[in-house]
Amino acid sequence: MDHIALQTALKGHGYVASDDLAMAIHLALALGRPLLLEGAAGVGKTEVARVLARQQDTRLIRLQCYEGLDAAQSIYEWNYQKQLLSIRAAADRGATEGAEARIFSEDFLLERPLLAAIRQDKSPVLLVDEIDRADEEFEAYLLEMLSDYQVTVPELGTITATSRPIVILTANGTRDLSDALRRRCLYAYVGYPDRATELQILNARCPQVSAALAGQIVGFVQTLRKEPLDKVPGIAETLDFAAALIGLGIADLTSNPATLQAAMATLLKTESDRFNITTEVIQRIAGQAA
Amino acid sequence: MTRVTRFATRDPGPAARMAGFMAHLRGNGLRLGVGEAELALQALTHVQAANPAQARLALRAVLTGCAEDAARFDDLFDGYWMNGGRVVTGAAPRVGANSPHVHSSRTAPDGQASAGGGGDAAAPDNGEGEAEADGEGRLIAITRQSRAKLDLRDLVTPEDVAEAEAVARRLGAALRDRRSRRRKAAKTKGDRPDFRRIMRHSLATGGEPMRILKRRRPDRPVKLVSLCDVSGSMRLYAQVYLAFVAGLMRCDPTADAYLFHTRLVRITDALRDRDAMRAMGRMSLMADGFGGGSRIGASLDLFARTYARRFVDGRTVVLILSDGYDTDPHEAIGAAMQRLKRRGCRVIWLNPLKGWRDYAPVAGGMAAALPHVDLFCPANTLADLAALEPELMRL
Repeated sequence: MDHIALQTALKGHGYVASDDLAMAIHLALALGRPLLLEGAAGVGKTEVARVLARQQDTRLIRLQCYEGLDAAQSIYEWNYQKQLLSIRAAADRGATEGAEARIFSEDFLLERPLLAAIRQDKSPVLLVDEIDRADEEFEAYLLEMLSDYQVTVPELGTITATSRPIVILTANGTRDLSDALRRRCLYAYVGYPDRATELQILNARCPQVSAALAGQIVGFVQTLRKEPLDKVPGIAETLDFAAALIGLGIADLTSNPATLQAAMATLLKTESDRFNITTEVIQRIAGQAA
Repeated sequence: MTRVTRFATRDPGPAARMAGFMAHLRGNGLRLGVGEAELALQALTHVQAANPAQARLALRAVLTGCAEDAARFDDLFDGYWMNGGRVVTGAAPRVGANSPHVHSSRTAPDGQASAGGGGDAAAPDNGEGEAEADGEGRLIAITRQSRAKLDLRDLVTPEDVAEAEAVARRLGAALRDRRSRRRKAAKTKGDRPDFRRIMRHSLATGGEPMRILKRRRPDRPVKLVSLCDVSGSMRLYAQVYLAFVAGLMRCDPTADAYLFHTRLVRITDALRDRDAMRAMGRMSLMADGFGGGSRIGASLDLFARTYARRFVDGRTVVLILSDGYDTDPHEAIGAAMQRLKRRGCRVIWLNPLKGWRDYAPVAGGMAAALPHVDLFCPANTLADLAALEPELMRL
């Protein structure tokens, strides 16, 4: 399977990938390397993992990163309540012998996303979302796991991977990632789509939108992105906007200014953007798009 | 431009050409190792390597690591593989002698670092200096007195350094504690029970948790990096600042310090000298060009691209001591500050002019930097610096 075939397969699952992205995913699969996706919010980075899991017909395991994320939340944790109950129950029965071996066994291990990802029968897709939100310490754990695909639990020994997960990391530039992490990954930058691509995406995700309206919506959003905005609307916003217009029963962007203004809630997400993009600006852009 | 490069027939083959390409990319500032070269060759076996479009996509995915590199990659690829059918001989790489840990603004990638005519008079000429380099250098004559050879020891006395050291120590302490979000096992007190250890200990008492062990959020040390502007406009204040920086370096073994005017110089090692005055002497040798023009944007940019990658992280406070008067276009400062902030550090800008009545940061450079600054404070004298303590506590 080459990258064109993969691109087509992804499209069958409703994801329109650029040549760049398709090649990066193809190589990540072929070489068994993690793939780092960077780009603005709402351009479909996370969606890549979801669609890839569907296309590969495998499980998606997701780890959402945040500052202070540690091993107990990302790799494994002992089930303390269960251990405590087990010890008490054993003490009541008078069977304290071998308690230690029992409570530090597999039965008492709670697996978290990273451990779960290497213990599947079939290679899952592991999505490490917004890796730049986690701190450097977590990057270090992750590096260890990404290079060896094994986890060491002191009480239990080393657990090696039964299957190598397909790892997708996403970042949107909250902070610079370490060079060590970047080096281990293949890289693709996911940008805002051009007009033709966005139209394809809209058609794939919202087939109920008429061709004329779809053209208008894409033209409108593409022009809006050129305005000086705090938060530039991504593809997710375009899809919301289309859904909102369908819900409001609009068939032509220029027909009803008040309703269009209401639908702008899906595109403009900060107060200053709402303030700067006035009704007149919206009408001008809608007029151009029509 | 679309025609594929022809290689000399005696060239050893695709692997050597790839090695040549890797050297080409390295020469253009991409950080790539042997591992990447191997991976790139592997990647090419999974695509139609003879198809330039596919090879381009594949190599971009493998050999770039950030948005910037990815954006430059097309040109670099064209430059090597698509040079219009000209024959390239000796595609195999030559070994460069540059250490990756020493960053000189004279070899800065923008190639204009020496445009101000600030040659290095103190360093021996190794035949690669200004005179030998061809380019668009300008020779600038000025009638003003040159302070290029000014010795910092004339400006700073040992008493100054001792006094500054006391202030620096207090400021360092004010910045020191930043609580980690991560918890670790506590010796005595903590805010969360440490179930893992409780469980282990309870085994000894038949499952009865007799001792409640805790986890706590440890205090993480904050690292201080100071960048001191010693350009002509800062001459009056540089004395105080340099003493302060020298004091800071002497009381904090993790601190890091730089000077900049038209160039950026790392002075950390010089300032660690046990003899305070000898340290100042060593620094003035390095600060050759002291009191000249300032290229804040270029200096900060060089810092953000090079040293910051190694020394600045989320637990770093970057202290910039400058008046913000730049001879470069001020957009450069904004871009450099943004790049620096992406390292996750906090930035404090101390501006001597802010102490003036009715001062407003209207100088283009200062205005461009302000959105990226966490704390903007006046500081003319040591007393002013000492007064910063409560502000820093709050940061």
